[in-house]
Amino acid sequence: MNKLLISAALALSLPLCAGAHPIQDSYRAAAKQENPAFKDFSAQRGQAFYNAKTGEAACATCHGDTPKSQGKHAKTGKEILPLAPSVNPERFSDAAKVEKWFKRNCNDVLSRACSAQEKGDFMAYVLSVK
Amino acid sequence: MKTAIVVALAFALSSPFAMADDHGDHGGKYGGENRGKPVLPAQTNAKWQQECGSCHMAFAPGLLPAESWRKLMSGLDKHFGADATLTAQENKEITDFLVKHASNRWSAASAPTRITESAWFQRKHDGHEISPAVWKRAAVKSRANCLACHPDANQGDFNEHRISIPK
Repeated sequence: MNKLLISAALALSLPLCAGAHPIQDSYRAAAKQENPAFKDFSAQRGQAFYNAKTGEAACATCHGDTPKSQGKHAKTGKEILPLAPSVNPERFSDAAKVEKWFKRNCNDVLSRACSAQEKGDFMAYVLSVK
Repeated sequence: MKTAIVVALAFALSSPFAMADDHGDHGGKYGGENRGKPVLPAQTNAKWQQECGSCHMAFAPGLLPAESWRKLMSGLDKHFGADATLTAQENKEITDFLVKHASNRWSAASAPTRITESAWFQRKHDGHEISPAVWKRAAVKSRANCLACHPDANQGDFNEHRISIPK
């Protein structure tokens, strides 16, 4: 019974919790600063971003078809554990690590830094994959 | 003077059989481009393991001389085509570890940043030892993929008797 109640409470609160990831929240604040017209992150935009090939590579090139996939480094062949916290809870748990890899991988794939909106959209997509 | 000591040490430490690889070279074994012994110290560094081991195997410090590691660690923004930048603090800790345990048998002035460019690597993996076709196999993929054939390379074990070349 208790379990049922908790599940019901969780289900009700889910829409409110959708943006309650602390790391994503910090990108939300930054995105508002970047663009006053910014509304919210979009998993759909994040998915397009994940698959968009700029030059030689996309995020998906190394991370796999979906964020639940086991990835593989394009050059070295080393395995990359899934990005989605639904299958790899360690992901998005360390803000410095998240920022470090955004910096590196945005440089590698896009040859520039990503905007806060791109990072937040990317997270929205990866977090949405259950 | 320092070089003389290093060369003398290198000779003192090498086994009599190792002389066969010398090819009458007077600059030390492999022309002085020799990996250290051991290649990996008993006490490793967690940051090195974690950071250098995310995209490839964490290569043992003894595989290159100190100057190579200094060069490599000062160019992580363009690390063989990838951005591998670290915080200044992480970079210092890892550089210190690599330099401290760099090859103790490297007497040449050269300092390559690719392990595969060193004379010892090339001699040990030449066409006579490894057929060119082996490098093209999917399970090998790259010369930097030590683990493909040296299953315990992670622990600094490159013993010839424990090599297993994938088909």
